[in-house]
Amino acid sequence: MISADLNIIAPEIVLAVFAMLGLVAAVYSGKDRVAGILLWATVALFLVVAAWIGLNGQGTNPAFGGMFMDDAFSRFAKVIILLSAAAILAMSKDYMERRDLLRFEYPVLVTLAIVGMMMMVSAGDLIALYMGLELQSLALYVVASLRRDSVKSTEAGLKYFVLGALSSGLLLYGASLAYGYAGTTLFSGIVVAASDGHLSLGLLIAVVFIIAGLGFKVSAVPFHMWTPDVYEGSPTPITAFFATAPKVAAMALFARILHDAFGQAPGDWGQVIALIAVLSMFLGSIAAIGQRNIKRLMAYSSIAHMGYALMGLAAGTEFGVTALLVYMAIYVTMNVGTFAFILTMERDGQPVTDIDSLNMYSKAHPGRAFAMLILLFSLAGVPPMLGFFGKFYVLRAAYEAGFVWLALGGVLASVIGAYYYLRIVFLMYFGKEQEELGVDRSPILYGLLMTSAAIMLIGIVNMFGVEGAAAAAAATLVN
Amino acid sequence: MIGLEHYLTVAAVLFVIGIFGLFLNRKNVIILLMSIELILLSVNINLVAFSSYSGDLVGQIFTLFVLTVAAAEAAIGLAILVCFFRNRGTIAVEDVNVMKG
Repeated sequence: MISADLNIIAPEIVLAVFAMLGLVAAVYSGKDRVAGILLWATVALFLVVAAWIGLNGQGTNPAFGGMFMDDAFSRFAKVIILLSAAAILAMSKDYMERRDLLRFEYPVLVTLAIVGMMMMVSAGDLIALYMGLELQSLALYVVASLRRDSVKSTEAGLKYFVLGALSSGLLLYGASLAYGYAGTTLFSGIVVAASDGHLSLGLLIAVVFIIAGLGFKVSAVPFHMWTPDVYEGSPTPITAFFATAPKVAAMALFARILHDAFGQAPGDWGQVIALIAVLSMFLGSIAAIGQRNIKRLMAYSSIAHMGYALMGLAAGTEFGVTALLVYMAIYVTMNVGTFAFILTMERDGQPVTDIDSLNMYSKAHPGRAFAMLILLFSLAGVPPMLGFFGKFYVLRAAYEAGFVWLALGGVLASVIGAYYYLRIVFLMYFGKEQEELGVDRSPILYGLLMTSAAIMLIGIVNMFGVEGAAAAAAATLVN
Repeated sequence: MIGLEHYLTVAAVLFVIGIFGLFLNRKNVIILLMSIELILLSVNINLVAFSSYSGDLVGQIFTLFVLTVAAAEAAIGLAILVCFFRNRGTIAVEDVNVMKG
């Protein structure tokens, strides 16, 4: 029995053991001198584990009496999480090395956060959910304040910690009520308690608290306050990490708990999610207009994107979950490329995050400017790019589920949001003449930027089969 | 006779005090940490009360996990706070404002 269970969670065990061994090895050898090697080893391990999970996984395997679920849904999310984390780690190496930030704790903490995320997307029980979420969050608080001699970075860590702990508290209060009113912490047990299509009052309050707690983690309005400050204050590679893997994990967890535990009553939580989604889309689009710092701008952009992804969840249907997963896969790819671009922005070796510094960027670096143009069009959802298809899926899911007002709101918000993406394009191509912006010539950053831009164009043929995998994943979750 | 509802009321009151402590406190970041602890403890009271009421042990196991995580959380929170204090020289809540937001 136990060996079968351990077999199912073998990828998580391998990563956790690697993190601990890496920590011990680094402490007893060269400390920060071995950080580079440790970082590359982590990247390689992430890729190997992603291939292992993606190619080897079969069917639905519950472990530990249903507390941990290995199914097509969790595998889909895990592969995205691992690949994006590997990409972010690879592109952060040069940047951190040159700014004397490359500490050996960084890959170790990222690995632990990834183990937490993998626990989250596989959770089949409130306890497993909480432990995964906390493992992820605690590692991320530390990573946010990694530059410990900088006021901004430690302030970002402090704000993230206080609001993250509050959100864990809200989620936990909801979990305790769910346990009390359903009599069990297993999702499969909670769903039986709500099987007549309506939640009892206690469970309804529980689900509202859980939505509030997870809303913080995905930075949905009205729980988004921490996002711009944490994005601005953290070192840029870490901001890139925050914008990708944790968002996928939290969104997958959101879908998992709402469908696995409360899936019999989608009418009861669909309205709440729809409201959060529409608020996020509009606030993200409108508040980004006034931002001059590209990291803050990306924070508001991610708030808006989470609104679109939640639209798929609000639909409460199998197609809605497919749309959510496709949207998150596209979102992560776009963000990896965009942050690869932001990491190259520098002047005299110092990182620059001011949008105005991009004036006439296309003259000096036409190739990079064009790749960024494709990514920005894709983020805005302009038709020939892949980003449009992500938006199209969630809008269709919301429309088919009867949320016509939500779909209309989504279209309207994306029109408003297009303004600030296109303004960057305008500056790059038609801005004022000024002193040229330097670039970091790292081949990894260049490669990731170009690959991500190419995916936005080539992906429209068949999305590399992501759609089929997402549909299969959604089918195992919603039934 | 003290029943389930009394325990739940105490927990709800503690929870609300914790939330208000987080939002109304303008003085000291340590008080924020105490408020967070209060929220987690109110959850523990809830879990133990439900567990004992329904005769199911899972709630008490959950409580042990929450206690452990709360300890780790306090350790990390204080560590970040120490770093912040070294840079800024203050831990007043209104001074956590280098970035607007």
